[in-house]
Amino acid sequence: MTDNGILDAYEAVAGKDVLDHLRQLARPLAGLRVVHVNSTRMGGGVAEILHKMVPLMQALGLDASWEVIQGDSVFYQCTKGFHNGIQGNRVELPQSYLNAYEESNRQAAETLGDTLRNADIVIIHDPQPAALVSHFPGHKGKWVWRCHIDASRPFRPVWKYLREFVHTYDASIFSLAAFARRLPHPVYLIAPSIDPLHEKNIKLGRDEINATYNQFQLDPKRPIILQVSRFDRFKDPLGVIQSYKMAKHFLPALQLILAGGEASDDPEGEAVLDEVRIASGDDPDLKVLLLPGDAHRTINALQRCADIVLQKSLREGFGLTVAEAMWKNKPVIGGDTGGIRIQVINHHTGFTVNSPEGAALRIRYLLQNPDILAKMGKKARAFVRENFLITRHLREYLTLFFVLLHGDQERIVLG
Amino acid sequence: MNGDVSVPPFAVKDCALIAIATGKRAQNLQELTDRIREVEANCIFYHFWGGLLRPRFDNPEYHNDFAVWVADSLHNKALAEKLAAIDPSSFESIEDLRNEVIEILEEELDEAEYPSWAKKDSLFHFIRCRLVIFDTKVVVPVPKDLVSRLPNLSLGSIFFHFIDGRRRNKNSLDDFRNWITSFGPSYGDLVRRIGEICPYFAPLAKLREQLSEAFRVYFEGEKP
Repeated sequence: MTDNGILDAYEAVAGKDVLDHLRQLARPLAGLRVVHVNSTRMGGGVAEILHKMVPLMQALGLDASWEVIQGDSVFYQCTKGFHNGIQGNRVELPQSYLNAYEESNRQAAETLGDTLRNADIVIIHDPQPAALVSHFPGHKGKWVWRCHIDASRPFRPVWKYLREFVHTYDASIFSLAAFARRLPHPVYLIAPSIDPLHEKNIKLGRDEINATYNQFQLDPKRPIILQVSRFDRFKDPLGVIQSYKMAKHFLPALQLILAGGEASDDPEGEAVLDEVRIASGDDPDLKVLLLPGDAHRTINALQRCADIVLQKSLREGFGLTVAEAMWKNKPVIGGDTGGIRIQVINHHTGFTVNSPEGAALRIRYLLQNPDILAKMGKKARAFVRENFLITRHLREYLTLFFVLLHGDQERIVLG
Repeated sequence: MNGDVSVPPFAVKDCALIAIATGKRAQNLQELTDRIREVEANCIFYHFWGGLLRPRFDNPEYHNDFAVWVADSLHNKALAEKLAAIDPSSFESIEDLRNEVIEILEEELDEAEYPSWAKKDSLFHFIRCRLVIFDTKVVVPVPKDLVSRLPNLSLGSIFFHFIDGRRRNKNSLDDFRNWITSFGPSYGDLVRRIGEICPYFAPLAKLREQLSEAFRVYFEGEKP
């Protein structure tokens, strides 16, 4: 897509005023060398956003690029441990893991040396490349650590190790104040976003949605509720089944879909999935779907098939599946936790709930009031358009760049 | 009418905001009061006005972050109502606004029989912000031209001129009224109409509509 092509495409969904604002904000940043670094080009929310964020920055005139750090299997085991540890799980990280981590970062520093040395701004995503900074003492550009994980209650030994690297950055970014750590530099807050042009979120034709009903033997004439999430205790799939059963007692036509990824390397996920299957019994209206990681279009279609989307998590990071469902005009019934709280506004874009009973009640309420359901869905989409699209995310990055370049003044007035 | 050449044109600016965690937080009213006393003025500004430039629903039950937290996390609806009733645009300075909030909280602390605590995952997090202001290169020579310009201004421009202007202008007026009054008393009715728009209860998109309508009605009359 050409530079103008990509901007025009986003203008069509986000609005002309939003894109004009971005164009003006970016003008003084023309030519700014911005390098993003993460650990994968495929899979995961970070790569997904960078696939669009970098071309958008380029289209706005910034000299933006994206580099990827790689390592051996021990490196990835170590960084998976970091990820779990930051989220509060107790993990053991042998010295050999840490050595592999530091060695991969050292090698990447060699490979990316000139690119990172010449950058005006380096944005390091998550823990995988966090140690890179130690190889650029006295760096000229501004280095920012972007943490996409809820770090509010980390496993102390993991944080203690990573903190030594993070402390040396010029700034950090967290998704919510509640997720942030105290650090000796400014900690900026930028919520994540969804990409309205990703396969997950693009508009689908009626035929494709009808085909999805057929594929999964869903009855389009009867109400459907859906939860899309990993089979993980924190996502409370068993609580969802309980809610469904309680609601179905009053609404016998109700159908439930639990759609999640295949739990290939997660023993805990397998156990949860077994429990889900047992709890599902032989109910033909309860579908448990194991979908491959790249089944974006299928999930998009399923969300569009549903009347209500649930995200009944007991603990959640930001929970962007909520915004994805809301973008499709669906009210969301979500757990009262993490980022769900700032996406689901009670009685407006859905309901936050604290128990299976609460979820069942809200399911019944919405399905008994189709006008309210439709109105909430419309409000939900408008709320996402305003607040959770990649264009807002990009605006905040651009704003951050000015603050980094001009120093921490309360107001930065550009000429 | 009123092509007063001595009045400089209205230069349309735009702005963008970035939020910064202060690391300060509160779990009960006493902590909230203590922190409000010590945080920088910009932090108070953010918790009253910053909501307009960040994810917030267009019809929140309470209109500032302190009231929302007291209602949702301490479950003290009466106090939340008192805090929500504070109209920040009626205070000349952020310090005056801060003192009013502290006054209300202290009154509650004096009267409360037992302290309420928020759950650990529902603390109040104090946030400050930085504002980047940039020139749009759009200049408006006379007030009438705002009829066509206003509906297309970005929400950042509305925030900067209609909300933030009250902090910058010595007369505490928004930038539109501040500029229009420089033309003399002949635009009195327009100034009155703009003054009737409450900056606190509507999202920026709605404020843009209301401002556009005030200018349109003044210059073009009511729609038949």
